[in-house]
Amino acid sequence: MTVKRMIENWSAFRKSGQVGDEYYDHKDYRWGMVIDLNTCIGCNACVTACYAENNLPVVGKERFGRGLGMHWMRIERYWQTGEADETRTRYPEQGAQYTPMMCQQCEHAPCEPVCPVAATYHTPDGLNAQVYNRCVGSRYCSNNCPYKVRYFNFYSYTETWPSPLEQQLNPDISVRDKGVMEKCTFCVQRLRRAKNEAKNEHRLVNDGEVQTACQQSCPTQAIMFGNLSDAESRVSKSWQKHKMEFGHHENKKQQTTQRGYRALEELNTEPSVMYLERVRDEDI
Amino acid sequence: MEEDIRKDIKWAQINRDVLHSMQRPRRVYWIMLSVCIALVGAGAYAVAYQYNYGMGAALLNRPQMWGLYIATFVFWIGVSHSGTLLSAILHITQSDWRKPIYRSAEAMTAFSVMTAGLFPLIHLGRIWDFYWTMPYPNERSLWPNFRSPLLWDLVAIMTYLTSSLLFLYIGMIPDLAICRDNTTGWRHKLYGVLALGWQGTDRQWRNFRVTYLLMACFLIPLAVSVHSIVASDFAMSIMPGWHVTSFPPYFVSGALYSGCAGIITLFILLRYTFRYEDYLTFPILDKVCKLTFAIAMVWTYLNLIEFASVWYGHNMFDKEVLIEKASGPYAPFWWSMIVLGMILPFALLSHRIRRNMKLLMTVSLLLNVGMWLERWMIVSPTLAKNHEPYTWAYHWPGWVELTILAASFAWFTLLFLIFVKIFPSVSMYEVKEMLYHRRHVSDRLEREADDDSLVVAKEEAS
Repeated sequence: MTVKRMIENWSAFRKSGQVGDEYYDHKDYRWGMVIDLNTCIGCNACVTACYAENNLPVVGKERFGRGLGMHWMRIERYWQTGEADETRTRYPEQGAQYTPMMCQQCEHAPCEPVCPVAATYHTPDGLNAQVYNRCVGSRYCSNNCPYKVRYFNFYSYTETWPSPLEQQLNPDISVRDKGVMEKCTFCVQRLRRAKNEAKNEHRLVNDGEVQTACQQSCPTQAIMFGNLSDAESRVSKSWQKHKMEFGHHENKKQQTTQRGYRALEELNTEPSVMYLERVRDEDI
Repeated sequence: MEEDIRKDIKWAQINRDVLHSMQRPRRVYWIMLSVCIALVGAGAYAVAYQYNYGMGAALLNRPQMWGLYIATFVFWIGVSHSGTLLSAILHITQSDWRKPIYRSAEAMTAFSVMTAGLFPLIHLGRIWDFYWTMPYPNERSLWPNFRSPLLWDLVAIMTYLTSSLLFLYIGMIPDLAICRDNTTGWRHKLYGVLALGWQGTDRQWRNFRVTYLLMACFLIPLAVSVHSIVASDFAMSIMPGWHVTSFPPYFVSGALYSGCAGIITLFILLRYTFRYEDYLTFPILDKVCKLTFAIAMVWTYLNLIEFASVWYGHNMFDKEVLIEKASGPYAPFWWSMIVLGMILPFALLSHRIRRNMKLLMTVSLLLNVGMWLERWMIVSPTLAKNHEPYTWAYHWPGWVELTILAASFAWFTLLFLIFVKIFPSVSMYEVKEMLYHRRHVSDRLEREADDDSLVVAKEEAS
């Protein structure tokens, strides 16, 4: 038993991570995302891709209706409020707004400190990792998640893939059983593979070398994914362009071209996903 | 003024009455026992069913990850504060009217903690791995997360359970010796072991007093911290309606409130079933009622403060949750909580209601219904109106949750039924002490006070 080690690391145990800490430096990698709501057409291709890539069970109509769907990514549909003009009454779908919502991989993740067994923790890559084997299912993390993007296995879904469907499962990622919390990992199995390959060649992962499943399947390329620690990557440039940085959540919008925002920023969760506001006809 | 206890009760009479209560039970007892065992069995079936099918059996859904289990857990922890209040706090403040009732209040504490402790386990998705939440030696040197309020919970409840059981036991030692000396057979052997060779010598009494006082002093801050930590389960989160600074004192006052209401129920039940009219008297009941009313007002005040700070705080999310509570689908339950928790306690002020046992029993049960609703209204509406409008949803309990809820009450009653037949439910030695004090010490003090005032009057006259 390493009581000694615990005493030595006591301050680390007690302290919640802060942006600016050594641990949160993310020297080589800090995975981040940009989602352009201007190009998102709400087609759900990303959701489907996520199901295929991450071995997500299909729960059936009745359970989906009860709110037990296991989609790590979801397309949220909102309608704009305000005066209903002629076009909106005639074509109500024009006022619709789609928000692809998945785990925001917060730097100050509210789910991390509340887990009694530390099954969810922060990786040096800036990911919010979930260790399925360690999870005991207290579900506190999901309660404390402001985005409600943590999905709990309320039932055992291993029969979702009757033979020979189990052949289509992704061998790089486990199938979770009942009683375990799960969520979007930014396709960590792809990240790992890319990192391993890059490590063998003594270099860092290049921009565009790794794609998440949702990004890969997006027909309008609304999703951009990459390394925020690399100043030359496309996501970094987009973040710079929209004046978005960690540790500052009061985003000053000086120009209309700065469309970047992060979901529920005011809660100080420091998400790693930036959304770009949709520009509407009437805004121009 | 009516006396708390008749002064002419003989000490042998006390022994006889209390020991009589532990003798062969009547038929009603067996019926109640079987009903309780049947309900606990039904609860065990529900837990097994849920174990087999997963947490979905409890009809929880995505925003509503916690349901009745956590609400009931908080409720039972609340009920457990009765014993500490009545025995420890009133012991320190030397309110000797607590003496006839405190033993059953302490038993209530121990049993409700034992009931409450089951719920976090029942609600775990992988109940078979529950021991991972404890810091235990393992070859992978994995520790639980010390930042998690759930871990604090575990530690606090374990500590509270151990100390309240010890407190109950220590306070019972002189009585166990009386039982030992008055029984034969297996009971004699059992009490002989438990009485730890109590002879009633001066030295034993002195050590006993010191130990009991120390335990009482230890238990008071512990009780406050336990419910503060349970409050942290909610207050440490960032959810609107949970992230409230006043939650710890609010929870503690709510706990004392439901504990006191529980004592009134218990008081009436014991008085009726064991014919304890001589010991559990109306003046004592009056005092318990007044205490309950005072605590109810503290709780009401903290509740109103919370509403006011939400209303004037202009935090959109918090306000949404409050409006949801008052006008959403949970509104009937929330308003019942307001009526039962804030308005009903005023009934305790009426002398007529306090003397009407059936009515008072109903009132005390309704107060606890209100307190249970309060806990549910803390858990569910917050999750229903969380930060993310897309996920807003409600949770209505199904048969699994309701069966387990009913089983928890049966489990508590079962433990209590077994307790009253094996252990003395009224403290014999403390009632004797109380009588002695009333007969000799109080009278003398009064006489001396009269003498003093005479002297003062004389001096003034001269």
